[in-house]
Amino acid sequence: MKKMEIIEGYLGYMRESIEAVEKTREKRLKETFPLMSLEEREEILKKFHPDYKEEAKRPVKVGPNKGDLMPHEVADLLEAYPLVKPKEVDLSKVDFDVDVFIIGGGGAGMTAALWANYTGVDAENILIVQKLRLGDSNSIMSQGGIQTADKPNDSPVLHYLDVMGGGHFTNDQKLARRLVLDAPMLMKWHEDLGVIYDKESDGTMVTIHGGGTCRKRMHSARDYTGLEIVRNLKDEVLNKNIPILEFTSAVELLTDEHKQVAGAVLYNMETQEYYVAKAKSTVLTTGGFGRLHIQGFQTTNHYGATADGIVMAYRVGAKLRDLDSVQYHPTGAAYPEQIVGLLVTEKVRGLGAQPVNKNGEQFVYPREPRDVEASAIIRECYERNNGIETPTGMRGVWLDSPMIEILQGEGTIAEKLPAMLRQYKRFDIDMTQDPILVFPTLHFQNGGVVIKENAETHVKGLFAAGEITGGTHGKNRLMGNSILDYSVFGRIAGISAAKYAKKAKIGKLTLDHVTRYEKMLKEAGVETDRKAPILLPEYREEKVLSRALDIF
Amino acid sequence: MGKAYKVPNTLTIMKAIEYVGYRFIRSCGCRGGFCGACTTFYRVKNDYKLQVDLACQKRVEDGMYIVQLPFIPAEKPKWDLDKMKSTTDEVIRVFPEITRCLSCNVCTQACPQDIEVMRTIQALRRGDLEDAVNLTFDCISCGACSIRCPAEITHYQVFQLARRLFGKYETIPAKHLMERVKEIEEGKFDDEVSKLMDMNLEEIKELYKKREIEK
Ligand SMILES: Cc1cc2nc3c(=O)[nH]c(=O)nc-3n(C[C@H](O)[C@H](O)[C@H](O)COP(=O)(O)OP(=O)(O)OC[C@H]3O[C@@H](n4cnc5c(N)ncnc54)[C@H](O)[C@@H]3O)c2cc1C
Ligand code: SF4
Ligand code: SF4
Ligand code: FES
Repeated sequence: MKKMEIIEGYLGYMRESIEAVEKTREKRLKETFPLMSLEEREEILKKFHPDYKEEAKRPVKVGPNKGDLMPHEVADLLEAYPLVKPKEVDLSKVDFDVDVFIIGGGGAGMTAALWANYTGVDAENILIVQKLRLGDSNSIMSQGGIQTADKPNDSPVLHYLDVMGGGHFTNDQKLARRLVLDAPMLMKWHEDLGVIYDKESDGTMVTIHGGGTCRKRMHSARDYTGLEIVRNLKDEVLNKNIPILEFTSAVELLTDEHKQVAGAVLYNMETQEYYVAKAKSTVLTTGGFGRLHIQGFQTTNHYGATADGIVMAYRVGAKLRDLDSVQYHPTGAAYPEQIVGLLVTEKVRGLGAQPVNKNGEQFVYPREPRDVEASAIIRECYERNNGIETPTGMRGVWLDSPMIEILQGEGTIAEKLPAMLRQYKRFDIDMTQDPILVFPTLHFQNGGVVIKENAETHVKGLFAAGEITGGTHGKNRLMGNSILDYSVFGRIAGISAAKYAKKAKIGKLTLDHVTRYEKMLKEAGVETDRKAPILLPEYREEKVLSRALDIF
Repeated sequence: MGKAYKVPNTLTIMKAIEYVGYRFIRSCGCRGGFCGACTTFYRVKNDYKLQVDLACQKRVEDGMYIVQLPFIPAEKPKWDLDKMKSTTDEVIRVFPEITRCLSCNVCTQACPQDIEVMRTIQALRRGDLEDAVNLTFDCISCGACSIRCPAEITHYQVFQLARRLFGKYETIPAKHLMERVKEIEEGKFDDEVSKLMDMNLEEIKELYKKREIEK
């Protein structure tokens, strides 16, 4: 490859396109591209959204959702054999015996643990098992903010309409109702914990728009909203002495003869030893599936987002929904290569940056619902050929971040988007002066395990909350509603699990459901050496893996 | 880590480690600069300086020697905010070691987030809780400062306590939030919401289309 000159972070030909962007900036400051009608939205989604690619999905062969279309990457996991053979595990030796057992230590898991504790379960009768370190999760990465209808010109009713419209009216209405009605209470709880939200000097919350909102309802803590909430939750969990098992994954749920869930088989990621954890109630808070790289997309998600919870829940008979719809965030970094796929928060558009093509022209309203916005960017790059190609062959469009400084005053980016500014600075790009290059990236699992309003799944003794669940957001989640989701339903799951634990009587532990599932796979003709859950994505090079010897 | 590997020079340290065949269990969390799990110390060729950065956010350099921090050996002191006052004295009571700071500034130089770590410690000793909070808001608890500190301060824990005390007691609670919580408890929206529940989707769609967008 010819050596290309880099000028302040960008290559020469990119600089030329940036000049075009600068030329149209003044005009664009005064006019915004119009919103699409519902019909236009539908059309662009059908043509350009990755979800509508038929060849990317197939019907699942087994289980409660047999016949439902799912992305191949998800179907592959559901049509996979267990990691541990039931025979290999001695269930008579119980390593942990607790009341409330929480699988996954992100926002939902920690919220559930705290509320189980508040509901009267002693800390020592709770256990959180966590694949990475406590809090290392999607939750710590969220930047933009959390929605709550708490301003006088807003109401839970308007919030509800936005949630439903964003989800294309496919949501579970009861879950959506709970989400918007409990929202202010959870924000208040955060405030009491010590979470520092952005506020005016008189205590009024600073709020801005998010994609698909009709009121300025997005609350934030700079662009470290997730970090600020998670570190408060984490500190509180540690203060309360709630036991945590880190670098340990749940690999299979346990049941008893009453067909209720009764804990899980755990796997110490370092010593490779298994543990048996028996529990009166079990809460799944394992988050989403970004690291499955659906359709080969890059992702914003943390290292452990591998859909383990979905696999485990499905094997005990929990129902799933809407897994065919995947959220691609419209603006992932497309350049420089080191940060490709990472999130460029929606707040950048919320503060006024417009997406523009290589000629400096607008082509979409900056804050359409996410799926619509993403489709418009894909169309601009691949149908209209108005994208900018990077040295690795990716295409992207500009997000005109310098507009923020003009519209909101100099220094706004440093104050309100320090994480973004820092991320680009690390690679010599100054987003206060130059636009940044973006393309959609795999961001959120819209669907998941079906729950009722009390966070219970269809299997007794099994609760779920957070990104692992489906229904609340229907087929498309709006920004700011999933921090809210894990807060609202994390709390409910903690309370429900605590109540269930008080009454539950656990019988003899079994893994019979796994044996049955294996049989089902065989009968459905699934012949494969795939195993699930996968626990971590595989990023080692084929070259190395193909020469690996299994000696130790 | 003492073994030489050739990797493409466009990779981050994290991706380079995977490229040569390691699989992370520790030292890898968010992969996006938010969690502080991937703290990595390094030296480059012909430079005596020990540097530190986040493996997920730092590009490899020629002749880089690296070692990662799998864990920060420190226990988190337990506290009950309800029984504490929002003063810097309280912070110093829990972490008396901050009075031993030698003003060597090694902590600040170590910080991959460019936080003025030493200045924060000084702010706390000076009695300025708010300054400490603002200076450290972007701290991701990576522990780089604490591993290097000759006074053995665990800064990220100190800062966490400062921020929580400040957030809980020194910021003004949002009045409109409190009011909304009360309104919901009193059932102010119940009628409207139950009407929504009874509507069919077409009616909800109409309402959605008609809603005004705040400017
Ligand atoms: C970059 C980014 C930005 C975002 N920005 C926003 C935003 O601005 N506003 C908003 O509302 N939402 C945002 N989101 C979405 C939101 O952060 C997540 O949907 C939400 O935090 C999910 O919380 P959770 O607790 O369900 O899952 P997570 O926070 O992902 O936690 C799940 C945890 O379970 C662990 N785990 C997984 N499998 C196992 C296993 N088998 N055994 C043990 N542990 C396991 C995982 O390692 C992880 O720590 C963002 C997401 C990302 C990735
Ligand atoms: S202040 Fe210390 S712990 Fe926090 S980010 Fe900087 S070096 Fe890491
Ligand atoms: S490294 Fe420790 S002793 Fe040195 S300035 Fe920082 S806090 Fe003080
Ligand atoms: S892996 Fe989270 S900061 Fe690098």
